Amino acid sequence: MSALRDRLASGAFTITSELNPVRGGSAEAMKERARLLLGWVDAVNLTDNQGAHVRMSSWASAIAAREAGLEPIMQMTCRDRNRIALQSDLLGAASVGLTNLLFMTGDYPKFGDHPGAKPVFDLDSVTMLWTARKMRDEGKLLSGNELKPPPSGLFLGAVENPFAPPEEFRAARAAKKIAAGAQFMQTQYVFDVAAFERWVGALRDEGLTQRCSLLAGVGVVRSLRALDFMSSGKVPGVSVPDFVQRRLRGVHPDSVAEEGAKLAAEVIAQVKAMPGVAGVHLLTAGYEKKVPDLLEMAGVAGGRGPGSVTSSAATSSAATSSAATSSAAAVKAAAPDIAAAGA
Amino acid sequence: MSSGPVHVDLLPGPPADWQPGPGEPRLPRPPEPRLAPRSAYVVQRFVKPNWLNRRVGALVERLPLARRAFTVAERKSKEDLFGCRMCGQCALPVTGYSCPMGCPKELRNGPCGGVGPGGACEVYPDRRCVWVVGYERAASQGHADDLRRLQRPVDHRRFGESSWLNYWAGRDDHLWTDNDGLASPPVMGDQE
Ligand code: SF4
Repeated sequence: MSALRDRLASGAFTITSELNPVRGGSAEAMKERARLLLGWVDAVNLTDNQGAHVRMSSWASAIAAREAGLEPIMQMTCRDRNRIALQSDLLGAASVGLTNLLFMTGDYPKFGDHPGAKPVFDLDSVTMLWTARKMRDEGKLLSGNELKPPPSGLFLGAVENPFAPPEEFRAARAAKKIAAGAQFMQTQYVFDVAAFERWVGALRDEGLTQRCSLLAGVGVVRSLRALDFMSSGKVPGVSVPDFVQRRLRGVHPDSVAEEGAKLAAEVIAQVKAMPGVAGVHLLTAGYEKKVPDLLEMAGVAGGRGPGSVTSSAATSSAATSSAATSSAAAVKAAAPDIAAAGA
Repeated sequence: MSSGPVHVDLLPGPPADWQPGPGEPRLPRPPEPRLAPRSAYVVQRFVKPNWLNRRVGALVERLPLARRAFTVAERKSKEDLFGCRMCGQCALPVTGYSCPMGCPKELRNGPCGGVGPGGACEVYPDRRCVWVVGYERAASQGHADDLRRLQRPVDHRRFGESSWLNYWAGRDDHLWTDNDGLASPPVMGDQE
């Protein structure tokens, strides 16, 4: 039921991308943004109020993305909902065929646009994955109450930050999520390829890359302003190593975007060659329209593009995608929202 | 300072006038556990459910006043030593004796992805993440693998109860898995 699962199972290099829902109540606006990625990526993550900023809900955005012809991954964080609401939303998602679900703990509310909100954190990412697996495999709620029928075909995802302290524990933490039920895992921004390789190696040694597909998080730093923001410590889980900062600050300010793209393309090529890595996850920070360029540059665009899509939903959406100017404006509006997914 | 095999070391605590700042009610307090890691595992040997503890526990549970006094004593001592929040289902034995309820997200399965370089808490950057502290403490005593066990969800009805009484009466038996759960799917059990 999950095209993403089939793609990963085939062993083909897989590309997923973040797609931040719109701040607004229109499915059409959401679809416009989604169409920029049509054919270029294998699946898109609909973030769940990323960075604790209110956006259209991830389930509604996931339906819009699917209508635009994309394979949706619905994200769910434990920040805003307790175990009752999380299980109920999971059943709702399954009922409309949203089967790629990705769970994370979530950023603290103080980083968002409603810093005074009550933090929930009733479950954590591990117990939420475990609960989802129980619902699917045992057909029971956390309480033990039976589900009639249980949600079927769920493909469960997780995130991890291989670079955050305690670094020696990060592979173990990924292993906990795999034990709990994670079948695919996306990571935080990979800048430090050597550190990433150590993390992948630890999971590979335990045979866990056979059980869970790893997708390396890759994003482009587009300006010195973005670099300052990302290295300020104000974006949960994001840190930019010194050698990357030196490289980006070493070029003319006008060429930062170009250098940032080059760097990201290099990372994609490097992780692609790493055994145990199934693909990349693009952290677009609102620049969905730049995804094709990045993939070309990294040499992984072959066979991709709107022309590669054959489904009927996609053709009908391609016909209406001439409203490119307004969609570019919608994307622009999201650009400052760099806040990346905390694990 | 050492006297026989039982040797308990206290680490320096926060200054006497230390208070969480405005907007920091969920700050770990004291910011880091005060019982030295080695001492914590020594004490563990005595707190584990054994014949004596079970008897004492059963007795205390039968007398409401004794139960209250016991709970207060537990709270007082564990607050000072670990910043205990009295969740009633103590995770300390498998967290390097760093209380996970001092994490602003109350995470019991390890640190979130927001830990800053140097081990800073995502929410309170001038504090170290309770899990960075816990990992360090557990690893220093050869207990790093404890943190690989899967912790089941917290039962919020137990807040305020004595975790020692719950531990000795066996009501805590299913808080975490026996191992890392990788060999066969870990059992969640029904969380009524
Ligand atoms: S009883 Fe709960 S709150 Fe108290 S120290 Fe143990 S884990 Fe922390």
